[in-house]
Amino acid sequence: MASSSIEIRNLYKIFGSRGKDYVKAVADGMSKTELNAEHGHVLGLKDINITIPGGQITVIMGLSGSGKSTLIRHINRLIDPTSGEIIYDGADICRMSEEELRQFRRKRTAMVFQKFGLLPHRNVLQNAAYGLEIQGVAKGEREERARRWINRVGLEGFDAKYPNQLSGGMQQRVGLARALANDAEILLMDEAYSALDPLIRVDMQTVLLELQKELKKTVVFITHDLDEALRLGDKIAILRDGEIVQQGRAEDIVMNPANDYIESFVKEVNRGRAIRVGAVAQPLTGGEAGPSIDADHSVEDALKVMLSASADRLTVMGPDARPVGTVTRDQLLHIIVM
Amino acid sequence: MDWFWKFPAMNEDSFLLLKKTIDESFRGFTRGYGDAIESFFSPLQTFLIAVERLLIATPWPVIVLIVAALAWGASRSLKVVAGCAAALLFIGYFGMWEDTMKTISMIFVCTVLSIIIGLPTGILMSRSNGVRSVVNPLLDIMQTMPSFVYLIPVVMLLGIGRVPGVIAVVIYALPPMIRLTDLGIRMVDRDVLEAADAFGSSSWQKLKDVQLPLALPTIMAGINQTIMMALAMVVIASMIGVQGLGQPVLKAIANQYFTLGIFNGLAIVGIAIIFDRISQSFGLRLQKHREVAHG
Repeated sequence: MASSSIEIRNLYKIFGSRGKDYVKAVADGMSKTELNAEHGHVLGLKDINITIPGGQITVIMGLSGSGKSTLIRHINRLIDPTSGEIIYDGADICRMSEEELRQFRRKRTAMVFQKFGLLPHRNVLQNAAYGLEIQGVAKGEREERARRWINRVGLEGFDAKYPNQLSGGMQQRVGLARALANDAEILLMDEAYSALDPLIRVDMQTVLLELQKELKKTVVFITHDLDEALRLGDKIAILRDGEIVQQGRAEDIVMNPANDYIESFVKEVNRGRAIRVGAVAQPLTGGEAGPSIDADHSVEDALKVMLSASADRLTVMGPDARPVGTVTRDQLLHIIVM
Repeated sequence: MDWFWKFPAMNEDSFLLLKKTIDESFRGFTRGYGDAIESFFSPLQTFLIAVERLLIATPWPVIVLIVAALAWGASRSLKVVAGCAAALLFIGYFGMWEDTMKTISMIFVCTVLSIIIGLPTGILMSRSNGVRSVVNPLLDIMQTMPSFVYLIPVVMLLGIGRVPGVIAVVIYALPPMIRLTDLGIRMVDRDVLEAADAFGSSSWQKLKDVQLPLALPTIMAGINQTIMMALAMVVIASMIGVQGLGQPVLKAIANQYFTLGIFNGLAIVGIAIIFDRISQSFGLRLQKHREVAHG
């Protein structure tokens, strides 16, 4: 059950008092600019269809104004949709009553915010226990659970500090501990790392990836940074002007950009790091050849292995340590420079 | 062209009639409901007298100690504690102790009343623009209407004494409490509120865990303002029979007793400073961790 997926179907959001009246016009092709100029309504999301697989990290990427923050807020309905449905575990989130929604938010989702959203008058421990407090968990138990997560995110000994005594990176660790303490299946991260310094951001990405290996939550991660998206995402969706332009694995997006817009993004990407060898391996012909490498290593890692072993062919190993394919040096070099 | 040079006012007879009708109907109302209204306010009277008796009956060193302890609790500053104690000792030395206790008890009751009325009103106002657009003009009237004007109906209804005095003071001192509660809640950071929503807070949980605690420094500023405005009404209230430091001032005005006036005036200033320092430093201490920090 922890790996139930989130299905978003035909989701529209039009901001303005009579949004519903314009869904059809937008579906028939009215543009964002026309809608705004002629009717004074703002198009937030247009015909979003995406499956967010359970137990994986799905990154939604887009520049500011693309509607990515609007989209993530539909999953816990901080924003109400104009039309469409979001199915999770057999229920349509868009049709939940106030009380059902409150229970859904308390028990099944947790959210991390760009601006942290910590309670400034409470210390780290009380902040981390906030979600559990809302659920009505007794004080002793919630503080014990919160303390466990504070330690897991690397804030041991900071229990009694207040948010404004901490750096941005540490505050976001508190935000993460608060979300994880909830023990919810869905973790929503709204530009969670965008306000952090580059080094700390990479640090926090590592924290998330390591926790995810063990927790297997359904993570929805919003970012405007393609490198971050490629590093974190099992699945990536790129949003522009409220529409999904392309969705797929990191490799699909880097190697087969759907249009010029995405291509212009992808051009700057370090392909050697973004593409994993598992995605480009050729089927095994004949036996194993050369040293082996795990499928989730990057092309760059594979080339390093080749260099140090002076081999020009590697065997790619699947998750169960069985060979799944092979890569050659020429093929990998080709991927990087083309 | 006569109407052009002279304002075509209502003719005198009908104006007289209008005044007479309103006056008479209000007088009728007073006769009809005066007793009921008086008994409605009688618990307030009992409360007022009880507080006043308690303060007067308490030996002065105990009062000085309590005030010093409050000052220390709120400010953690020896300077504030020493200042408050010294002000009280001076007041006592110059023979104004009992009047001061009476005034303090009235200010206390007025402040408690203002909080009881103002806090919920401010909360309601912050939640609905509709309520706000009704309450705001009322507050404007309460603050600008000369207090003597609303003293007339209050005295007609309740006669002279403590209760009408308290009502007059509360009408004057209540607006900042309401306004600053409203403002404080409206100023709460939207990101923090969104987080509270995302974790599934009910609206009561949001009010109690997020909005009120974050608005508290502003609400404290409101309480401070309310106390100051209540003190400013002490002399006016004494005109309708409220005992305390106002009455000697009134006597001093009537008889041109310069020293009596200035001593009692200084005593009012003294307790104003005590109240102000204690409530302000408490507000400041509340604020220590409260500002939302970024980066």
